[in-house]
Amino acid sequence: MNYHWDWGVFFKSTGIGHEIYLDWFITGLGWTIAVALVAWVIALILGSLLGVMRTLPNKALSGFASGYVALFRNVPLLVQLFLWYFLVPDFLPESLQTWFKQDLKPSTSAYISVVVCLGLFTAARVCEQVRTGIEALPKGQSNAAYAMGFTLPQVYRHVLLPQAFRIIIPPMTSEFLNVFKNSSVASLIGLMELLAQTKQTAEFSANLFEAFTMATLIYFVLNMSLMKLMGWVENRVSVPGLIGSNGK
Amino acid sequence: MMDFSQIVPALPALADGMVLTLKLLAMSVAGGVVLGTLLALARLSSLPLLSGLAKFYVNYFRSIPLLLVISWFYLVVPLIYTWLTGSFEPVGAFTSCLVAFVMFEAAYFSEIVRAGIQSIPKGQVNAGYALGMRYDQVMRLIVLPQAFRKMTPLLLQQSIILFQDTSLVYAVGLLDFLNAARSKGDIVGLPHEFLIFAGAVYFVISMGATQLVKRLQKRFAV
Amino acid sequence: MKVRTQLIGAAVIGALVAAPAMAAELTGTLKKIKESGVIVLGNRDSSIPFSYLGNDPQKPIGYSVELANKVAEAVKKELKMPNLQVRYNLVTSQTRLPLVQNGTVDLECGSTTNNLERQKQVDFSVGIFEIGTRLLTAKNSGVKDFADLKGKNVVTTAGTTSERLLKAMNVEKSMGMNIISAKDHGESFLMLESGRAVAFMMDDALLYGEMAKAKNPGNWVVTGKPQSFEIYGCMLRKGDPQFKKVVDDALKATYKSGEVDKIYAKWFESPVPPKGLNLKFPMSDVFKKLVANPTDKSAEQL
Repeated sequence: MNYHWDWGVFFKSTGIGHEIYLDWFITGLGWTIAVALVAWVIALILGSLLGVMRTLPNKALSGFASGYVALFRNVPLLVQLFLWYFLVPDFLPESLQTWFKQDLKPSTSAYISVVVCLGLFTAARVCEQVRTGIEALPKGQSNAAYAMGFTLPQVYRHVLLPQAFRIIIPPMTSEFLNVFKNSSVASLIGLMELLAQTKQTAEFSANLFEAFTMATLIYFVLNMSLMKLMGWVENRVSVPGLIGSNGK
Repeated sequence: MMDFSQIVPALPALADGMVLTLKLLAMSVAGGVVLGTLLALARLSSLPLLSGLAKFYVNYFRSIPLLLVISWFYLVVPLIYTWLTGSFEPVGAFTSCLVAFVMFEAAYFSEIVRAGIQSIPKGQVNAGYALGMRYDQVMRLIVLPQAFRKMTPLLLQQSIILFQDTSLVYAVGLLDFLNAARSKGDIVGLPHEFLIFAGAVYFVISMGATQLVKRLQKRFAV
Repeated sequence: MKVRTQLIGAAVIGALVAAPAMAAELTGTLKKIKESGVIVLGNRDSSIPFSYLGNDPQKPIGYSVELANKVAEAVKKELKMPNLQVRYNLVTSQTRLPLVQNGTVDLECGSTTNNLERQKQVDFSVGIFEIGTRLLTAKNSGVKDFADLKGKNVVTTAGTTSERLLKAMNVEKSMGMNIISAKDHGESFLMLESGRAVAFMMDDALLYGEMAKAKNPGNWVVTGKPQSFEIYGCMLRKGDPQFKKVVDDALKATYKSGEVDKIYAKWFESPVPPKGLNLKFPMSDVFKKLVANPTDKSAEQL
């Protein structure tokens, strides 16, 4: 077996410019975070809107939201990504198409496709969490609010949503972590995020084991720190008196 | 402008891909549930070392992307195996992916099983012990049958997610349904049409399965 | 009685001595093939016309595939295993080296350049083809050579020699190109065809192969001064002289008998699947020399 172990490989030159392999991992981590955070913002806003829509009395709105969820939850993420990246740009108007494909840097256009794809995909999952959160609240609360003369928007704004969002923090945390993990599919359309950089390092340096170990460590540490962060947030905002509230 | 006519002659190849996808799915679910159940039992065990190890396993696999796990088992693990034993075992993409899915999904299945076990009232377990049953008898005869009944819908839902996730084997070039469609589309120069077709097939199957699970859920309610 | 015991003893000792001696005859890959009854050949999905998937996804076709099959035939003879099973395993530019190294694939004949860098990790058979790295672009794109690519989007396939050449060129000549590394040649061409990249840098023979697949082959042209000349070889695990000899001998026999000319003509000078286009890529002088005097050296060593 001729495998050359070399844990110092991360500090070696990549042979391209003055970069060392560690630089590739840092760039990759940067892209991973940039993809995940922006996709999460899209998912949170769109998913909350859809989640509220699903609980509304209006049939058309709730029907639209459940159709959205069905569509985005039943097609594999990778297929959705290919559709956004390869297919959708071809349906843009001519001028926009040229701008998207040629004027933008390839990394930028790939980034836009990934962020939109991941944002919309995750929105369907956020929507379900928000709906569950709203439906979990006792009916009496909204009835009481209506009886006090609250309008529908007011009921959501002041009674339902503030509580719903606080109860659903644990499942939302895991969706938030999923966005980071799911962002690795971007490597399959050539966006040089963490996994793509890892594969490139493995290929250029022939030190597969070291490269993949590094990537695993980075993902692990990233995930654990995000989990700690979310745990802290959860503690700060938990609803007193409910079972999950640590008695604070 | 779209030309779907080329899909018909490609159907046999696409069907081969679907067979591979379903085979991979069935074997991964079976392996994942078995390993997941063992992990859940370990996690709930009173031995701190055992439950600590199980907890680490679950946290570990839940914090790294599936794509990375697939790459590990396809590219790196056989290398380590060869390095350790000095012999070349023809592993192949299918087995590598299967092992990756089993190991990865077990972490998720174990959380479902653990919740299922914890949902069984403690009194039943105590009653079992009071009747003189051993740990394995209590688990086998009292806890697990009820727990599995409760968690079947959740396990099936997770399996539907896994059905979609099997498409990630694209990364290692295994010719599953998606990769067969992509490769066919590439050869006949109609990548868009084949991609849309693949998406539609995934949608119909997983939507249909979801509806079935919902019906089962009503029937299975304990 | 005593004699019998001694005889048995002698037989046992004989067997013990003979067993390792027999095992020593077959080593490495050949031993593995003998024991498992399977030889695993690496194939590509879109390296036209070297190794690609035609109508049957289980059976790759192409120039290199036919050469690999010659080797498989030779292995059958060598091991006296007429029923040896030949299995294909799909590889990409990025996975082919690790898969040969880690034992998944026994022999990879596709479109792999033999170079010093890779020789550190795997061994190569005698050369099976010669290419130059050039550009594929639309006829009306205005791109004539690499200098015209300044500030443009250029695609190449991840894990290829072209990727390294292009990335290095971009930095050294500060050309400001945006380089897309696609997963395989089919995807690279999709980037080019859909207008995301103005040119596709790759081995010229593969570029002609991609043209043969295009909706309108007449729209495309291979252009630019070759950035390197490279020799393709089949990859096998490093340090396995026994298997390498079988591989090399099989290829040399194919060259010597003139069969290679027929195989060459079939894939480079006649219509090929999927669209029945003729690549019209005559044998280069370098490759003719290579066929006359087979060598496993890389282009930089010659």
